[in-house]
Amino acid sequence: MRASMKLEMKDTPGQLVSVLTPISECGGNIIAVIHQRDPDSDSGVLDVQIVLDLPEGRLDDLVGQIKRRGVTITRIGKERLFLQRSLLMIGHIMHTDISDTVDQIDRTGYAEVSELSLVMPAINERSSARITLKTATATDMNKAVALLRKVSAAKEILIVEPLEECG
Amino acid sequence: MRIAILGFGSVGRGIARVIQEKDPGITVTGLADSRSGIMDPEGIDLPAALDRKEKKGLCGDRQVSPLNVVDGAEYDALVEVSPTRIDDGEPATTHIVHALSRGKHVVTSNKGPIALAHRRLHALAVSHGVQLRYEATVCGAIPVLHILQHDLLGNQVQALHGVMNGTCNFILTRMEDEGLTYDQALAEAREMGYAEADPTYDVKGIDAALKLVILANTVWDLGVTLDDVEITGIDLITPEAIRLACDRETTIRLIAEAIPEKGLLRVSPRIIPQGHPLLVEGTLNAVTLHTDLAGELTFIGKGAGSVETASAVIGDLLYLGEHHAGAH
Ligand SMILES: NC(=O)c1ccc[n+]([C@@H]2O[C@H](COP(=O)([O-])OP(=O)(O)OC[C@H]3O[C@@H](n4cnc5c(N)ncnc54)[C@H](OP(=O)(O)O)[C@@H]3O)[C@@H](O)[C@H]2O)c1
Repeated sequence: MRASMKLEMKDTPGQLVSVLTPISECGGNIIAVIHQRDPDSDSGVLDVQIVLDLPEGRLDDLVGQIKRRGVTITRIGKERLFLQRSLLMIGHIMHTDISDTVDQIDRTGYAEVSELSLVMPAINERSSARITLKTATATDMNKAVALLRKVSAAKEILIVEPLEECG
Repeated sequence: MRIAILGFGSVGRGIARVIQEKDPGITVTGLADSRSGIMDPEGIDLPAALDRKEKKGLCGDRQVSPLNVVDGAEYDALVEVSPTRIDDGEPATTHIVHALSRGKHVVTSNKGPIALAHRRLHALAVSHGVQLRYEATVCGAIPVLHILQHDLLGNQVQALHGVMNGTCNFILTRMEDEGLTYDQALAEAREMGYAEADPTYDVKGIDAALKLVILANTVWDLGVTLDDVEITGIDLITPEAIRLACDRETTIRLIAEAIPEKGLLRVSPRIIPQGHPLLVEGTLNAVTLHTDLAGELTFIGKGAGSVETASAVIGDLLYLGEHHAGAH
């Protein structure tokens, strides 16, 4: 799971480290630390935003530990699905019930359609769409793409996938 | 080195012109097109043969068949550059079998026999102590087979990706740059001589798939055929889809892809980011090799053309001359 937190802490040495330690103890992985020090303020308070990946179910524990160190958490944002992949669809997208196609992805529980841009050049002509899928893991993404391919094949819609190269 | 050239079309004539202009130490002792043939152990007069072909449509004598030349001419290497036929690979496969059985090297640009019968032909060459080389069958002027077989020794090739059909790449480039429909871009490709009257073989991805089969069998000895490749062409791509891709700083190209570890052999239109090494313009080809030691290597070059294809054929011939001279 990816989460982002806004923290308010005293602008004294060692404060930041005291917050970062519990994150790694919870098995978390810090993606970014953004300092928002207001140069004009001499309030002695530091605003920090932290973006992190955390194993499922550890967030409450982490929040407790941070609070115990006297740091105020002003906001927590949870982003469960942060992997994105955009694909193109070409065919009779509307006439083959696009909302059903989207539903089938959303119903999986592990993937969501987060964007759909559709272009219909003329009535009865094939339309084109860009569809963006979101999942939590690469395995889920591959499953979601396979499902989209299967649903689309039955509707005679061509799917153009991005080239995902192996290392 | 003495050679017999089977096929006197774009590629065959390109080879003849290069030999004539650059004198690389190659003598042509046999020559045939679909309806005539000529043999001369002392060397055929190439300017005269080119002239005859242009004026009369024949390179030699109607009484001499292509197979007569394969079986009767005195040469060290057969150059098989007759048309590719993917249903049975004939008559090229028969030409190649006859030449190898005579203990002659074979160099070819013909994808049919290599895609359909590589293992059999390779075994036949080995049993007669001669070489079968086919650089010109894949990616035109890019010496990708030579790189794979000789320059990357010690490396394990894990995967390869490529833009292997110039016609498709031209069509997609024009759709992207000018917003043309697929039909308009195809018509333009025909006008420029980049697409055949029947473009099926190119636009349905079959040509790229044949090249992928040849590469996969050469690199990994997979013994695969066209039926093992998942193939989607470019004929259903719309300019709107390309525009939707471009909105995200990506575009669409026909990509051939082989990842043996995943059992993946696929030719399909794919979204690739702008600035990607495989993103080449017009009729160019490009191929990326993923290797364990050298990392990722990408090669770009002309995928077809008379002299460009001749370059690959002449390269194979001169390699044979240097490393495998003294065939029977
Ligand atoms: N053109 C390229 O850029 C390119 C690139 C890579 C690979 N290739 C491959 O190279 C080969 C030749 O291509 P190309 O463009 O030169 O084709 P082409 O211009 O159509 O010429 C084919 C030649 O083969 C002759 N031919 C037909 N049947 C024959 C037979 N049974 N025995 C002997 N000759 C025969 C034709 O005779 P007539 O003149 O009497 O019709 C013609 O001279 C093909 O396999 C092609 O796939 C071509």
